[in-house]
Amino acid sequence: MLKKRIIICLDVKDGRTTKGVKFQNNKDIGDPVEMAAEYYRQGVDELVFYDIMASARGRGPILDLISRVASQVFIPFCVGGGIGSLDDIRSTILAGAEKVSLNSQAVKNPSLISEGARVFGNQCIVLGMDAARDEKMKSGYRVFINGGRVATELDALEWAQKAVSLGAGEIVLNSIDADGTRDGYEINLTRMISENVSVPVIASGGGGTPKHLVDVLTEGKASAALIASMVHSGEYTVESIKKALDKEGVPVRL
Amino acid sequence: MTGIVDYNAGNIKSVEHALEALKAPYLLSKNPLELKNCDRIIFPGVGDASYAMEQLKLTGFDSFLTDWASSGKPLAGICLGSQIIFDFSEEGDTKCLGLLKGKIRHFENIWKERYPSEKEHEESSLLYNELKVPHMGWNSITFCNGGTKLLSGVPDNSDFYFVHSYVIQPDDPSIIKAYADYGAMVPAVVEKDNVTAFQFHPEKSGKYGLQILRNYVNADLGNV
Repeated sequence: MLKKRIIICLDVKDGRTTKGVKFQNNKDIGDPVEMAAEYYRQGVDELVFYDIMASARGRGPILDLISRVASQVFIPFCVGGGIGSLDDIRSTILAGAEKVSLNSQAVKNPSLISEGARVFGNQCIVLGMDAARDEKMKSGYRVFINGGRVATELDALEWAQKAVSLGAGEIVLNSIDADGTRDGYEINLTRMISENVSVPVIASGGGGTPKHLVDVLTEGKASAALIASMVHSGEYTVESIKKALDKEGVPVRL
Repeated sequence: MTGIVDYNAGNIKSVEHALEALKAPYLLSKNPLELKNCDRIIFPGVGDASYAMEQLKLTGFDSFLTDWASSGKPLAGICLGSQIIFDFSEEGDTKCLGLLKGKIRHFENIWKERYPSEKEHEESSLLYNELKVPHMGWNSITFCNGGTKLLSGVPDNSDFYFVHSYVIQPDDPSIIKAYADYGAMVPAVVEKDNVTAFQFHPEKSGKYGLQILRNYVNADLGNV
């Protein structure tokens, strides 16, 4: 049976892991390579690294860090932030990542998704999407770019479907409203996107308790849940979360 | 010495990292001539079958792999590499290497045949928790047909990391040594004589994945 995945997100800024609330007030919480190795030991299913300043400052991906992670972590990981060309995708993959997450750059240049999928395969191209509630939009959610700083005219559902038709193999769906609040994932948004695209959706933003994960992985129909604060704070380990999910009948890799 | 085929279509780096962690010597090359004296070959790959076949032809690895398979020395294909060693892939209607008999089919086509009517197909999708394509994530594998020695030290029903939209359909089902369930039986390990195909990524499947690679490169580690 296919398991629901628990994915830990490490936001990286100047080579260090940081964590903010609603994309602001970021604090330094440790070395990303050491943290990745520790979460691997705990049994995390996958990792995501976001170079959170890359799009804002126009920098490329963080190759040295990726390479150091890849030499000791034998699970898939995805890298996002500042990936804007086929060469960026290639160098990220060659450094040892399985997947790249395209966010702001895909909005600015959607052909990056189709070209990336053609050369590297759909499984390699993840659409990273930051969405926030907005009644003016058809689906009720608007897409933001540059780490949530800049609003676009894109409707969240329309953009998700377009990205999948262009070749995205997976979507990391981050709710700006829920990000870092630890009040629970945005179930409605997650379920709406998941029910209307053919590819796996990873719910992101708001995870604070194992119950939140249970909800988004069942009611929210997500294939995976992204967590950060829950484990970065030390309150939970991957093991404790997976045991709680298993008890609730959610299939996980133990 | 393990040779790794580098043909611009593989996640080569993660295979390298895994062999380094095992302290197993390897040679990575874009040139078939350089790999001809290796003891065994790993043939990785992700991406599109037709693109990969083009790259194999350009580099001369197509005839190298055919000769290698008939030499009797071990060959292990991973993910896309496990697929294009068969005869044909529906992905881009691609004629593949034909080292093993069978074809590679899209999940949707397999599901449609299994549940022929529209209604049945829809119901089966619901039944299987609205299956997504690609089949992406950790799935458990069940050993069958006696398994293989490459699975030594791996408990039955362990989870491995899969990412694929196309499925191996060997002509002879008895060469399937382990399978996963994803709306259909998904061959996970297929082996005939010296040729083994891994649909999942052992190099990205944690300790049990590393165990499989350790079994494969065993002779190099002094554990003959």
